[in-house]
Amino acid sequence: MPKTKRQIVEKESVVVKFVGDSGDGMQLSGSVFSDSAALAGNDLATFPDFPAEIRAPQNTVAGVSGFQVHMGSEKIFTTGDMVDVLVSMNPASLKSNLKWAKKGATILVDTDAFDEKSIEKAGYKQNPLSDHSLESYNMIKAPITTMTKESLKDLGIDNKTAERSKNMFSLGILYFIFNRDLKMAFNYFEERFKKNPKVVEINKIVIQAGYNYADTVEALESVIQVGAAKMPKGRYRNITGNVATAWGLLAASEKSGRPLFLGSYPITPATEILMELAKHKSLGAKVFQAEDEIAGICSAIGASYTGSLACTTTSGPGLSLKSEAIGLAVMTELPMVIVDVQRGGPSTGLPTKSEQSDLLQALFGRNGDGPVIIIAASTADNCFNYAYMAAKLSMEHMTPAILMTDGYLGFGSALFRIPKMADMPPINPPIAKANDKDYKPYKRNAVTLVRQWAIPGTDGLRHRIGGLEKENITGVVSMDPMNHQIMVDLRAAKVEKIADFIPEQDIDGNKKGDLLVVSWGGTFGAVHSAVKKAQAEGKSISHAHFHYISPLPKNTEKVLKGFKKILVCELNSGQFVNYLKMKFPLPNFHQFNKVQGLPFMINELTDKFNQLLEEK
Amino acid sequence: MDFVNTTIERSTVQLSKADFESDQMVKWCPGCGAHAILAAVERVFPKIGYRKENFCMISGIGCSSRFPYYVNTYGIHGIHGRAAAISTGVKIANPKLSVWMATGDGDSLAIGGNHFIHVIRRNVDINILLFNNQIYGLTKGQYSPTTPMGKVTKTSPQGTIEHPFNVGELVMGAQGTFYARVPDNNITMMTEAMFEAAKHDGTSIIEIMQNCIIFADKAHNDVIGKEHKDDNMLIVKNGQPMTWGKNNEKGLILKDTMLEVVEIGKNDVTADDILIHDAYNQDPGIHLMLAKLAPPHFPMVFGVIRSAMFPTYDDMVEEQIKYAKETSPIKNVDDLLNSGDVWDIK
Repeated sequence: MPKTKRQIVEKESVVVKFVGDSGDGMQLSGSVFSDSAALAGNDLATFPDFPAEIRAPQNTVAGVSGFQVHMGSEKIFTTGDMVDVLVSMNPASLKSNLKWAKKGATILVDTDAFDEKSIEKAGYKQNPLSDHSLESYNMIKAPITTMTKESLKDLGIDNKTAERSKNMFSLGILYFIFNRDLKMAFNYFEERFKKNPKVVEINKIVIQAGYNYADTVEALESVIQVGAAKMPKGRYRNITGNVATAWGLLAASEKSGRPLFLGSYPITPATEILMELAKHKSLGAKVFQAEDEIAGICSAIGASYTGSLACTTTSGPGLSLKSEAIGLAVMTELPMVIVDVQRGGPSTGLPTKSEQSDLLQALFGRNGDGPVIIIAASTADNCFNYAYMAAKLSMEHMTPAILMTDGYLGFGSALFRIPKMADMPPINPPIAKANDKDYKPYKRNAVTLVRQWAIPGTDGLRHRIGGLEKENITGVVSMDPMNHQIMVDLRAAKVEKIADFIPEQDIDGNKKGDLLVVSWGGTFGAVHSAVKKAQAEGKSISHAHFHYISPLPKNTEKVLKGFKKILVCELNSGQFVNYLKMKFPLPNFHQFNKVQGLPFMINELTDKFNQLLEEK
Repeated sequence: MDFVNTTIERSTVQLSKADFESDQMVKWCPGCGAHAILAAVERVFPKIGYRKENFCMISGIGCSSRFPYYVNTYGIHGIHGRAAAISTGVKIANPKLSVWMATGDGDSLAIGGNHFIHVIRRNVDINILLFNNQIYGLTKGQYSPTTPMGKVTKTSPQGTIEHPFNVGELVMGAQGTFYARVPDNNITMMTEAMFEAAKHDGTSIIEIMQNCIIFADKAHNDVIGKEHKDDNMLIVKNGQPMTWGKNNEKGLILKDTMLEVVEIGKNDVTADDILIHDAYNQDPGIHLMLAKLAPPHFPMVFGVIRSAMFPTYDDMVEEQIKYAKETSPIKNVDDLLNSGDVWDIK
């Protein structure tokens, strides 16, 4: 608790962003801070924002690394548009992030970092701390580096080590500002650095020093209190989208009894799924880091044939490389989950930035008519559920499934209400029985059109499948024209039938009205928040957020037809809207698109809604 | 010799060729070397003695890769170049399967070159039958990575200007643990090499000098043809001196750091001077030299040139999983979900 009595300001939600040079430890500051927020009962969402280079040139705008935390006593849907509190460790980070600070935001800067050279490197003509350009902000100018060194002088450690702890000094100030208990940070250090007690000690001393400094400095007139959020009962944890995806696949493996195989190649921003699954060999996960993207998916095809829940994880460029093999999985009708953590494209594009521009590639990026299941997660925590559903539908319907997330979901975190495995829906793959005299590779279930999964090693089911077209039922290679027509139609009909096994599309708001806002994937938070705001203002607006893209929910056309205008919002140049137009050629589609590697801002959505609602 | 591998379940009944014959019409050209390879496989599978359901045949694209349709096992006819990657997935997912791969010089050394070197480097326990006919047959006669330099083909009307791969050299360069070279006109030798490959734990490469009767007829004839084989084929056997010739009069010795051809009985050379083949030597030095030998100054070496014991990838996967299961407190997904930093909201 603060020594001196400060006025306490209650806030429903606050956005805090830590920015600095990529070696300044901003990711650690953000993680410690968000963990404390979670333990204090806030709902939260986080997003790390870092350069594509590991160590970009020091003190340049290109090398700025950030971590944003949105915490609240209300439900948090986004990582926040504009920042309430900005912690800036050098001029470059201030230069590149000031545009995200709300007017009047609190900005904490390390004055020691504002030397002439760094100011110039950041692209400032003069020192922004002394040219009155920051007068509309609540500036806390602290000599953080000096004080950090001072606080550690009794430990006799070298200057460099001492300097590296300066992020903890600024974090101490934040703990004071948000009235947080330092014990939470201490526990974090003890757990995270348990093999290195010296580091624990240094971090504790410095964060305490920062806290004490804030307690005495006059710039802080009040502390901010963000109360506990009212959340459904249950057990919670903080989770990133990539970890949630990995765990969803593990859960589906356990539930189905099909061992998990991952064949994958490192690619930003999907690599974390590969790394996470590699940790869980105790659950039987077989994780194969392949020599390339193609080997990743082809090994998964081999594992799938062999009876595993086979997966491969990638991002846009990797999905391109996997195209031919996805076609093989379509042709052989083998289950598999392909996770596409989308990033900015085309080509290498914007590896660490988010986009939704792989949708048409996922839908159509293959030779021949090759329909697959496509599912999109919408929050970091529901990546767990949708990874699970992708695996369930893929195995039960013997069809490859593409799970689409994006860098924003994958790197971002949210609170996750931990389910019990017993409550997860059952998964029943159509495994062929040993010595089934009637087994044929392409004999199908009359209702679902699904073929059976005959697993090598099983008595009496020896068979061959492959990329050449096969005769219906028997699976013998066939170049017969009519048979090809039948097989192409069957593969498409099998995927369409899955619509009977997924939920109907829900609408947030009235089923009829002036404007239906449509979105899919990782834009849920921003679009939802913007629609809620408009609804609160009494506007005739509803929201349909799609998780199931292929097949679409059965009632999709009915949903769309209830509105005068349909606005499809997505982070690409209009891929979902064109897919919807193709399926349902209605005259009243409108689109709102953005391809800047950035999420939607609530205000820009609101402006678009208003424009469409006002136009006749 | 008994099998070291006890992972794969053995058949309780004696299997025969008929157990592996498929009901599909074999559509290779009459006179194609692939027919003999199929005959060798049908002969060796029952001899290996695993349950017939435990064989899995994987292929890529090309004439060779139609193989899975012609042998009655589990199997996948894959996509061009990717058979090694598909096989790797099959073997890791289920090490109880005996995984075989049919591929060609185009499939494995051109479009699939990357997967080929990496499966070898990892030493995944699969048996690769590499049909080397030095040509793209299925696409009707373009040069391949093993076509001899200068050869006229449909895509090299003035002769190729590429240095061909030597398969054995590539295998050793990728740290291969098993390499055999066999001619397609000797079913017994093919069968023996396949049997040794099955016994070997790790990636086994059997390079089959196969004849494409249509687009590269007699490409190997100067070595394996009836009138040339005595002079140009050295068939090595482990523990035996490396001799050849009509009367076994020619032999290999190591002089300084090079192999040299000698004639027994001439220049005081006796049979005792001849190098003894040691296929099991872990050091690939001599194996590499043997793989590179070729006429006119040397014979081409056939038989099992290298069969060295190293840990296999698939075994190590199983070991790591076993260790993790024994030592990790996380036994199921509920444990995982509730591990680390969690809290209750009441």
